[in-house]
Amino acid sequence: MEESGVKNPVKIVVIGGSAGSLEVLFRLLPLLTKNLSVPILIILHRRSTADSSLSDLLGSKTTLPLQEADDKDQILPGNIYLAPADYHLLVEKDFTLSLDYSEKVNFSRPSLDVTFETVADVYGRSAVGIILSGANEDGTAGLLAIKKAGGLVIAQDPETAQMPVMPQNVINFIGVDFIYGIEEIANYINGLNTSGLHPTGG
Amino acid sequence: MIEDDEIELLLTDLFDIHGYDFTSYSRASLKRRVNRLYSLDKFPSFAELRYRVKADTNYLKRFVEEITVNVTEMFRDPTFYLSLRTDVLPVLATKPFIRIWHAGCSTGEEVYSMAIMLKEAGLLHKSLLYATDLNPSVLEKVRKGVFPLNQMKQYSESYIASGGLGDFSAYYIANYGQAKFNEDLAEKIIISTHNLVSDSSFNEFDLILCRNVLIYFDKDLQDRVLQLFDASLGSLGHLALGSKETLKFSAVQDNFKQLNREKIWKKVV
Ligand SMILES: C[S@@+](CC[C@H](N)C(=O)[O-])C[C@H]1O[C@@H](n2cnc3c(N)ncnc32)[C@H](O)[C@@H]1O
Repeated sequence: MEESGVKNPVKIVVIGGSAGSLEVLFRLLPLLTKNLSVPILIILHRRSTADSSLSDLLGSKTTLPLQEADDKDQILPGNIYLAPADYHLLVEKDFTLSLDYSEKVNFSRPSLDVTFETVADVYGRSAVGIILSGANEDGTAGLLAIKKAGGLVIAQDPETAQMPVMPQNVINFIGVDFIYGIEEIANYINGLNTSGLHPTGG
Repeated sequence: MIEDDEIELLLTDLFDIHGYDFTSYSRASLKRRVNRLYSLDKFPSFAELRYRVKADTNYLKRFVEEITVNVTEMFRDPTFYLSLRTDVLPVLATKPFIRIWHAGCSTGEEVYSMAIMLKEAGLLHKSLLYATDLNPSVLEKVRKGVFPLNQMKQYSESYIASGGLGDFSAYYIANYGQAKFNEDLAEKIIISTHNLVSDSSFNEFDLILCRNVLIYFDKDLQDRVLQLFDASLGSLGHLALGSKETLKFSAVQDNFKQLNREKIWKKVV
């Protein structure tokens, strides 16, 4: 395990959620300022039918470019990528995205754990993982991997979550760095803009 | 946990000793698969795993099967199959003889879906479906045409959403939790191992389907395989890819025109 004596620039933010997360994103996305210095990956449990209207819907809530991830997409700062229905979303060492149609993990595809784990592997200390509302335990193992690799973990305040199980589970099992409400999450991400460093304090 | 450099050692062994070339596969998925197997088979150390892959041909078989992803479904993405029915089959119908290649067909659910659609269009009698994969064991399942019965409800729904008008359950016989698909479908299916990395074109086709295989390859290998498909398609042939795969940015993209929103292209040169 690495101790971050020196603050590391954040290079990626990964947001994972399940039941009750869509409403959170509807409120969070409009709060994000443009000229974001990092890319954002969003993993949501969703119906398995390929349905690209979700990316249109989320895209309408932000001025940032938001797209459903395609295989081998370059991960660009200031862009938001949504994991497509029925594929796991992985990141490669050359900072491209790749997709995987393998077995479900935690009964889910896309699975939060899968993306969090590959992000931990590639970005290490430069990764931030955020867990939102949800009713199952997907995400905990992946966020633990991010934490072990020296990255930072934020849980949505369970009090503000429609389904508190998922963030609460993360809080119980991992030493999360911050427990934030929706606006604080937005402020945190926007704060990455100016310094590129982990913003300190709450 | 198997580390990156150890993955590279395994890939080198696989190629040097066994002739399997996985060096152009996307690493993130590969690494997950190897680590999954490593814990599934309870190896005490990487050295032990490496030794087994090197020296134990039975284990090698399992290893190759498990690091590749064999998940598949019947009528996956129904709108894709609907487009095959309405936009591609009428073109195939004008041919005296129809050759279709399912590259990376896994256990064959996609091949049987295709055979059902051909039958309903009255084209099966003049069609041959070539089902190929890297893994001999999945091909054995294609040959048998037996799939889990508990999947049939969902497949039946997808079949209907794909424009199927018949009674889906008429295509199989249920027995001991298995659904055995009718022989007349299997009769038109030709099975063979084929490695997209190292084997060349073996026929000329009117339609090639290669879905959810290219996502496991890096860009260079994707490009090489797309050139292989280009060379294996007759003029005005069709190429179908998975819902998140594309011909865009490939060397052969100018030879093709996408039909509609589905991942189906027509060869135009
Ligand atoms: C996820 S399955 C896709 C099955 C089916 N086409 C579908 O879309 O449902 C991927 C298949 O590609 C096969 N495959 C992987 N590498 C291959 C190669 N180099 N040559 C041929 N087949 C390969 C695997 O064995 C596996 O059966």
